[in-house]
Amino acid sequence: MKFCDILKRKEFVVTCEFCPPKGTDLTEMLQKTELVRPYVDAINVTDNQRARLYPSSLAVSRILKERGFEVICHLTCRDRNRLSLQSDLLGVHILGIENILFLSGDHPLLGDHPESKPVYDLDVSQLLRTASHLKEGKTLSGKKLQNKISLCTGAVVNPEAEPQELQILMMEKKIVLGAEFFQTQPVFDVDKYRKFYDRVKGFGARVLPSVLVIKSAKFAKNMSKVPGIKIPEKYIKRLERAQNPLKEGLKIADEIILALKEFSGGIHIMAPGIEENIPQLKI
Amino acid sequence: MIVTIEKDFAEVLKVTKEEDNLFIFGCAGCATLCQTGGEKQVKELGVKLESEGKEIIGYSVLDVPCDERIVRKEFRNNSSIRNADSIIIMACGAGIQSVQKFSPIPIHPVLDSLFLGTIERIGKFYNYCSICGNCVLEDTQNLCPITRCAKGLLNGPCGGMNEGKCEVNSELDCVWVLIYEAMEKKGNVNNLKLFREPRNWVQSFVFKSE
Ligand code: SF4
Ligand code: SF4
Repeated sequence: MKFCDILKRKEFVVTCEFCPPKGTDLTEMLQKTELVRPYVDAINVTDNQRARLYPSSLAVSRILKERGFEVICHLTCRDRNRLSLQSDLLGVHILGIENILFLSGDHPLLGDHPESKPVYDLDVSQLLRTASHLKEGKTLSGKKLQNKISLCTGAVVNPEAEPQELQILMMEKKIVLGAEFFQTQPVFDVDKYRKFYDRVKGFGARVLPSVLVIKSAKFAKNMSKVPGIKIPEKYIKRLERAQNPLKEGLKIADEIILALKEFSGGIHIMAPGIEENIPQLKI
Repeated sequence: MIVTIEKDFAEVLKVTKEEDNLFIFGCAGCATLCQTGGEKQVKELGVKLESEGKEIIGYSVLDVPCDERIVRKEFRNNSSIRNADSIIIMACGAGIQSVQKFSPIPIHPVLDSLFLGTIERIGKFYNYCSICGNCVLEDTQNLCPITRCAKGLLNGPCGGMNEGKCEVNSELDCVWVLIYEAMEKKGNVNNLKLFREPRNWVQSFVFKSE
């Protein structure tokens, strides 16, 4: 089912994300997806997350689809030119994947192949427009396709990045260009997110704020180096003091989830490497 | 101007291993301004090579090596070049390739060409334009997103921008924030919502003069 239809049907939607393994053995990942199955409406599959090499998000999305999950396949502009992006979008359709999340993609300099040539032939706005063309049965260069493809297209917004006004403008722009839903970078400051949410809730595209489960102080400090992620000192202190940091991290996530639940139309959970704990959260 | 830096001296020795008699070309244009291929640097390299046992047949600081007419004249008028086994050339890639057209002997580039630089002062250069063949500055407050955004994005910032800084390097300004601030001053931030089409790269590949 299209994620857009799930959004229409349900007032509160939960998604989570999986990064494919560093290799080709999906056993552990698939076990973890079974554990979260009852709790989530869809699973995001990341695409060379943080500019590090992993198996294709298309391939892994298809495997999850075959197992009956709704999937949101990530597609970044970093590694593909306009030919390759369109080719993959047609491929996504052939594979029966109905939802796609467009990202510009962390710069290769931040990843594990820093020497590589960054592509960014299209940006996310242009990719959204390109997807609209494909949905109408034509390519970016105006050539006719055999058929139209159907896809539910999403994009990312970072509510905590300053200037926030600029993020809001970008969001409006992406909606006009065809973004049907948004997922955010991790939210830690719920008050700030709420102010953002109040400004964008009338835009007509559902926003799922991300909740990142921080399993240890070390992990939190490392994640703070990732572009777009700001983890407040108070949470890092709590993890440092905790007897059981994972438990404390889950508690912090629960506090954020409860606060978000008061107004948000859903959440997106990121628990990298510790997805088996998602069922414990108060979602 | 074209900003260049010198390759390691070890690299220079490696490429001239088989050759004893060398001629050095410098550049009176950009490489002089950059202090990588002016008369001073040409002479300094000569002295260093001599101390490694090479013989410097002569040198010439061309005005400027990227002009084929000047290079052609140099080869016509300077007969001593022929006594060298090879030419060391301290100029950018454009200069090297015009020398390559006329040189009867091997040539060795010893500079790396970095970018087209805007100069604040000697030694302080900014990479503001990558000569993309299709200038968009009119639409972007005369701040270049092709060059100054690490991803060359045309429709606004990526999600990694924060506090006005770029995700790639927190010391670099995110150019889209600079563009936004410039628009804000003029009261036209809504211009950011205008869609900019994907770039057309054709011009940078097929342009031919005449
Ligand atoms: S858009 Fe940028 S790179 Fe292209 S010509 Fe203009 S300043 Fe140079
Ligand atoms: S942070 Fe700004 S300058 Fe850096 S890649 Fe993103 S949009 Fe470009």
